[in-house]
Amino acid sequence: MGSLIVFISLLALGFFVGRMQERNHYKQLETDEAALSHIMDCNIKTVPDSFQAGGALVSGNVVIAVDYFKFFVASWKMIFGGRLRSYESLVERARREALVRLKKQADAMGADAVYNVRFEFSTIGQQPKASGVELLAYGTAVKRFAGFKA
Amino acid sequence: MYNILMTNLETVPGRPIVKHIGLVQGSTVRAKHVGRDIMAGLKNIVGGELRGYTELLNDARQEAVTRMLDEAQQRGANAVVNVRFSTSSVTAGASELYCYGTAVVVE
Repeated sequence: MGSLIVFISLLALGFFVGRMQERNHYKQLETDEAALSHIMDCNIKTVPDSFQAGGALVSGNVVIAVDYFKFFVASWKMIFGGRLRSYESLVERARREALVRLKKQADAMGADAVYNVRFEFSTIGQQPKASGVELLAYGTAVKRFAGFKA
Repeated sequence: MYNILMTNLETVPGRPIVKHIGLVQGSTVRAKHVGRDIMAGLKNIVGGELRGYTELLNDARQEAVTRMLDEAQQRGANAVVNVRFSTSSVTAGASELYCYGTAVVVE
């Protein structure tokens, strides 16, 4: 009986606090993305002549924890298969946050664009009960060439 | 510190490559410590960012990059192009952070 109460309260805590955090994170991501929208990002390798100044590696990483509710839902879903919405949002948040941090670094350097952006994903902790996901985004920050005439 | 340019493009924008020197690499294997594990255990109930791990992995990756730059400097390069990162878990509590690229001489 005692363990059932603990289980239910963990699940409830995971659900309510986790959902609140997720909502706040999405809100934060939207403001950050809007603030950094002047920095162009792409995964193209060749830099056009108009951006031929500078060039330095920038990166951003983030580790986001899996909450108890997400873990519970996922392990239940794994019996039947199908779409794991709870993990989809987790990975999406991590990827967007990593990109935001990369752009912040580029912005601090006074760059105008980041070329060849790549993502690297890894899990923290032992499978199948991974405790979190790490996302790394990296790319080359470049400046607009001042003397360029098209 | 190092005076070596790094990009993950195949060239350095605006600086033509004079000579290719070859592959340079750096890696480090890091284990997390128990204090961080306890915090992570708590975070696993409510979710959110694991700041301790974010920093740990960031530091470890910096270390791998430093080792790569060491090798590049020894071989007389002034830039490393096409830099790639890769992460893999070696055992339950440890991961390897690996970084590699091509050392070159640019104008």
